[in-house]
Amino acid sequence: MKRRTLNLILILIILAVAIWIDLPNNPGIKIGKIDKEIRTVLGLDLRGGMQVILQVDPNFTQPFTPEDLETAKSILERRSNGLGVAEVNFQISGDRYIVGELPGASKAEDVINVIKQTGQLEFVDTGDTELEAGTTITTDLGTDTTTPAEGETPAVGQLPGTETTVYHTIMTGDQLQDVAVVTNSLGEYEVNFVLKDDGAKIFADHTTNNTNKFLTIVLDKQVISSPIIRTPITEGQGSISGGFTRETANALAVQLRYGSLPIPLVVEQIRVVGPTLGQDSLDKSLIAYLIGFIIVALFMMIYYRLPGVAAVISIATYGIITFAIFRLIPVTLTLPGIAGLMLSTGSALDANILIFERMKEELRNGRTLMQAMELGWKRAWPSIRDSNIATLITSLILFWFGSTFGASIVQGFALTLFLGVLVSLFTAIIGTRTFLGLIISAVKEPEKRLGWFGL
Amino acid sequence: MLNILGKRYLYFLLSLLVIVPGMVVMAIYGLPLAVDFKGGSLLEVQFSTETIPTVEQVVEIYNQYGFEEVSVQTAEGTTGIRNILVIRSPDLATTIDGKEVNADAMKNILVADLREVANDPNAEVNTFSNVGPSIAQQVTQRAGLAVALAALAVVIYIYFVFRGIPHSLRYGICAVLAMLHDILVVLSLTAIGGRLFGWQVDSLFLTALLTVIGFSTQDKIVVFDRIRENTSFLRKLPFEKLVNHSIVQTLQRSINTQLMTVEFMLLALALFGGVTLREFAVILLVGLFSGTYSSIFIAAPLLVVWENQEWKTWFRRTATA
Repeated sequence: MKRRTLNLILILIILAVAIWIDLPNNPGIKIGKIDKEIRTVLGLDLRGGMQVILQVDPNFTQPFTPEDLETAKSILERRSNGLGVAEVNFQISGDRYIVGELPGASKAEDVINVIKQTGQLEFVDTGDTELEAGTTITTDLGTDTTTPAEGETPAVGQLPGTETTVYHTIMTGDQLQDVAVVTNSLGEYEVNFVLKDDGAKIFADHTTNNTNKFLTIVLDKQVISSPIIRTPITEGQGSISGGFTRETANALAVQLRYGSLPIPLVVEQIRVVGPTLGQDSLDKSLIAYLIGFIIVALFMMIYYRLPGVAAVISIATYGIITFAIFRLIPVTLTLPGIAGLMLSTGSALDANILIFERMKEELRNGRTLMQAMELGWKRAWPSIRDSNIATLITSLILFWFGSTFGASIVQGFALTLFLGVLVSLFTAIIGTRTFLGLIISAVKEPEKRLGWFGL
Repeated sequence: MLNILGKRYLYFLLSLLVIVPGMVVMAIYGLPLAVDFKGGSLLEVQFSTETIPTVEQVVEIYNQYGFEEVSVQTAEGTTGIRNILVIRSPDLATTIDGKEVNADAMKNILVADLREVANDPNAEVNTFSNVGPSIAQQVTQRAGLAVALAALAVVIYIYFVFRGIPHSLRYGICAVLAMLHDILVVLSLTAIGGRLFGWQVDSLFLTALLTVIGFSTQDKIVVFDRIRENTSFLRKLPFEKLVNHSIVQTLQRSINTQLMTVEFMLLALALFGGVTLREFAVILLVGLFSGTYSSIFIAAPLLVVWENQEWKTWFRRTATA
């Protein structure tokens, strides 16, 4: 008796907390240093958006470290945020992939153009040659691992045996301190830059020694503009012009401001879900869940009578707690995730059914209701435990499968299934037993009313 | 008492009748692999009216940019009109006039052309996936590994859980054989569904398959658990009787859990859950049913076949038949 009261108090406390978390306008938890926002996170398939998997360029043969991937990831994040795309999420997957999730497909197409570029800005000495904007050139950057020293003779000319001219890079975008988009007197867009002290010195030396030569500005090996050095630039400032529109100037500024990627990335996979389809899927799957739940609740109450009522209360508790956990962690809710939720609801019901069937057997053997309930629970427990652990194991394998290549869709399913089964074990152990005990003690002379218990 | 085990060879035959046709279809046409596993692109465009480009028009647009092997299907939208084009093609990342064009940019060019042909500027991209060859290869390897790992985990786990009773390894192996049965049923269904309704084996399918494996195991354990429990006090009973008794005892639970709850949930999902989840729900529906069926009619009978070492009489059986 005492244990049941304790269990009931425990359930009520957990339920109260869970309901508070489930409240739509939950303010979040702010206790001391803990500041946690509570909200329902919807996956891309439910709200629309784009998932893109970037891979380290297979043609890039130089060794790179996991730290390089980490740096690339944070640069990608900053670039996307710089473009004003909210809630972008980049994750490293495996040893050469970065998975980006961009909700809201409208700006996604702009984003991909910016993020796929390595953003390697170079100031290249092209000697007496003026290069047309858009030309792809080869520079000695990256091919030579040693940093070009100051005042080194420009390696202009043809490499023996090849047709390609390799130009010398004077310095890279690393030397930029600040970048801004401005319009000049003609109303054209320009990108102004301020150099760091080292860069300013290199720039000053070079422009002093090479007046009337061309200093070509190159982004990702493509010529942006090829201005001629008229006078030495010693104050460490300059500007890049080259027929920019507002958008292209902004995109370049974003790339320069947030740095260049340490490793070249290529787009390996793109998935786009339109917002209309997402909303439609969300509505329909929730309706399906509701309909399924009502049918099952009716079946339980008609077939098992009072224990069925206890089961439905217990399943409702299960639903409230699971949803609260999803919001708390937060677990990204995807379509397969909702399916996983439905299946773990099935698991939770299975535990109840196993207990009730055992209980009926014990009742037929002439036990009293209370005895039958205790025994039924005890006998059913090993099969509930063992069978649910098997599901937990499979969902862990699924989770691993989903995490290795960025199929967040599979991962979401595995996670909801795993958490759902864990909660269903809890509600089966504590919930159903307590609720049923309460119901039995509330009924007068229950032994005379076995019909109420489905016999 | 209901004698379930007596007709065990009939159940095996019934399962073969379900599995073999699917396997034949699979052997001839292969599994309909989606872009997730073989690479390539999938573009779904929804038009505002029923006037959508014809298959020939779509193929022509794709051919123009050098994409061969294009497959086009139409689908019903949320409003019930056939205004969706589902186009499958090779990887869209390409080069045009010596310039590299990424898959996303290529998609935009194609969609613009489709809009023009249909004279429908409001046509909208519902979904778009483009999977490069290296990811597809990795996914396929992982998928195989995931299924193998799940099977191995099940054998070890059941062996461990039933270590207290004689021949516990048998239980694990019989569970995996029955699980294999479920996988084959699902594959068979998908192969036939692929021919009839254009189903595709994608990562959602794999999710369904692995779920079937998980729940199939869960079901087997419930039946085996009853055998385990009965072994301790019904030792004198012949093994076949004991297993039969255990099956009958868990029958009500199997029917209630599977047919009345889980299958109803999945049916609701298949009927009301929208197009995206329909295929997934149907595969789960059949797979989980097969999981319950195989616990009663495959896994437990196999235990008996093994215990009686019935293969010694198989030859005689066929000879007299």
